[in-house]
Amino acid sequence: MTPIVKKVTQLVVGLIFLYGIYIITHGHLTPGGGFAGGAVIAGSFILLVLAYGSDVLKLRKREEGSSVVESTGIFIFLALAFGALFIGTGIFFTNYLPKGVIGELVSAGTIPLYNIAVGIEVAAALFTIFLALVIYKEEVLK
Amino acid sequence: MITYLLCFVLFLVGLFGVLTKRNIIKIVIGLMIMELSLFLFFALIGYVDSGVAPIIVKNMGKVKFVDPLPQAIVLTAIVIGLATNAMLMAIAIRLYKKYNTFDIRKINSLKG
Amino acid sequence: MDKLIPLYIILPLGAAFLIPIIGRIVKGFQKAVTSLVFLFLVGMSIKFIISGVNEPIPYKIGGWEPVNGIPIAIYLVLDGLSVFMLCIINLLAFLSGFYAISYIKKYTAENNFYALFSLMVAGMNGVVLTGDLFNLFVFLEIAVIASYALVAFGIEKEELEASFKYQVLGGLASLLILFGIGLLYWNTKTLNIADISVIIKTSAYNKFLIFSELVLIAGFGLKAAIIPFHAWLPDAHSSAPSPISSMLSGVLIKAIGIYAIIRLFFNMFAVSHEIAITITTLGILSMIIGSLLAIGQWDIKRMLAYSSISQIGYILMGVGIGLMILTSGGNKTIAALSIFGGLYHLVNHAVFKGLLFLSAGAVEYRTGIRDLNKLGGLAGKMPVTSSSSLIASLSISGMPPFNGFFSKLVIIIAAIQGHYYWLAAIAIIISIITLAYFLKLQKNTFYGKASDKINNIKEVPFTMCFSMIVLAVLCIALSLLILPGIREVVMEPVVNAIINKADYLLIL
Repeated sequence: MTPIVKKVTQLVVGLIFLYGIYIITHGHLTPGGGFAGGAVIAGSFILLVLAYGSDVLKLRKREEGSSVVESTGIFIFLALAFGALFIGTGIFFTNYLPKGVIGELVSAGTIPLYNIAVGIEVAAALFTIFLALVIYKEEVLK
Repeated sequence: MITYLLCFVLFLVGLFGVLTKRNIIKIVIGLMIMELSLFLFFALIGYVDSGVAPIIVKNMGKVKFVDPLPQAIVLTAIVIGLATNAMLMAIAIRLYKKYNTFDIRKINSLKG
Repeated sequence: MDKLIPLYIILPLGAAFLIPIIGRIVKGFQKAVTSLVFLFLVGMSIKFIISGVNEPIPYKIGGWEPVNGIPIAIYLVLDGLSVFMLCIINLLAFLSGFYAISYIKKYTAENNFYALFSLMVAGMNGVVLTGDLFNLFVFLEIAVIASYALVAFGIEKEELEASFKYQVLGGLASLLILFGIGLLYWNTKTLNIADISVIIKTSAYNKFLIFSELVLIAGFGLKAAIIPFHAWLPDAHSSAPSPISSMLSGVLIKAIGIYAIIRLFFNMFAVSHEIAITITTLGILSMIIGSLLAIGQWDIKRMLAYSSISQIGYILMGVGIGLMILTSGGNKTIAALSIFGGLYHLVNHAVFKGLLFLSAGAVEYRTGIRDLNKLGGLAGKMPVTSSSSLIASLSISGMPPFNGFFSKLVIIIAAIQGHYYWLAAIAIIISIITLAYFLKLQKNTFYGKASDKINNIKEVPFTMCFSMIVLAVLCIALSLLILPGIREVVMEPVVNAIINKADYLLIL
């Protein structure tokens, strides 16, 4: 890509990443939440790959790393929901942490934790899809 | 009433794309346009006259909210649509590598 | 007891997302974890059946109690029909997963196969358990997207084309189902199935409800591959790897197609007589056209796929006759007999169609040929495969003492008792045509002269033999379900859950 695109990407990528984190963590106060913030974070990674080419991020022949991060994200979500079976009334998916005052950042129980898990998962999933479409592997049957 | 008819017109545009276009990518885009018309339909269902956005802030009096449940349905359906379209695009790219064409009329090795 | 209900969804989902993390480090982890999870779920289902589920058991996710009498939580409802379907789904998942331990060695990405397989079963379990309309749609999408990826698993030309056709038509079906759900929400302002049933009972019968019923029949009919929505099934089911074909044809089209139609049209809507006639007509058309198209096929799996369409027509006809009798105010015992016949044929078809696809996969695993013209004379070299395939073919054609004979007999007797003589005659004729093409399959595959290319064929490995033998034994054991003692325990709660509409509302 041309030097203008590379320079602007250098300046802007960090701000996009930070904006995505803001949308995820304020998911219980303002519109947005896990999915929208995750999509913005994935957008920052994809912008980096598109502007600089696939050599900069040292893309390997397989997309292992982001696939493992995606599975970890969903597993944290499932573990949080499964943990509700043992705490308190023992019904799946209950909100068991203390809920604070409406409008504060640290409030609403487990909802910010679910948002963070979903945000990690969506960002990793979208980046994995992008890498899978870009790196074409030759499939050979054994 | 006119807005529901416009949603239906958008659905027909997408259906036209799926039925008549020959390129695989255009068929996929037609399917995406049909999904979008359904999301618009859902967002229109929950409208209450003179309602505001359903977000609770501090020190709010009695206000009339728009129905928030169809909005949650649309968010989930958008994520499902993303997964469907990603699968379709991945299959379309691999079809091109195997058959060397995007034309749907030439991809017919399964018959009967 | 009711605390164990969400385990049906948590365990397969947990397995599906644990496999990519740990499966790269520990070899053989994925095979062990899927087999153990499904074996545990089968055991839990059998325990539920034996202890008897006579009333629906609700489970509110999140513990949200109803406010002012209006239910606001997502409900998971375990009643007779749900536990019956859960048993079939998990049993066939365990056997197919066990079969796949040897079969998938041909392909490269083994990890992804088991993760997608667990995800598909988690989606199917969720569809059968849920009591909420939009939750049904979400779980349906989870199961179906996993099956798109599984059909295209070995990346050959035919598999990709079959998966593309399957995806476009499946996407259209999902859009129609979402549109029907939107129309229902617009009318009733709630998404809970039991609550919608209460509201529909007390409101007048307007045109919106008839339109939403037709849209939902079209959407779920596309998923269940009824005529005229069957165009994707022969390609998708014949091009998939064999354990996936048996899962798709054995449980997926029933759990997300036929189960959804039964649940929505018997327990939720107040159905008029014309809609019941529509459903029965679609069933009869599927029966006839599926059989006639299957006679001329020369590929094993394609013939089995067309025969699936025909047998789904039998199930739908049995259920439709029950619906017709109920809506015209007829005798409830005849309706109960007809629905019993339809559901008995459902479980029988899952068992013998699964077995037929697994044995076709075994033949392909050893010889690499699927064309009926080139095969022949395998009976001496592959005894387990040929004998189990013979048992399955005789079952599906309706020979006594196998299970297919009894289920078809019940459907025909119920049709005659309800004065639908033409339907009974068509059912008997189609059964004879089924015998014809399955005899063709058996003769050309296993008997006759062996050609030169297939001389050094051994039997298939142990895990594949185990699944086929268990399913063949089940083919004979399931014919015991007709006896009066066992029938009361196993099938009575199922039929009562469908016919008595007021039972479902006990969860509110």
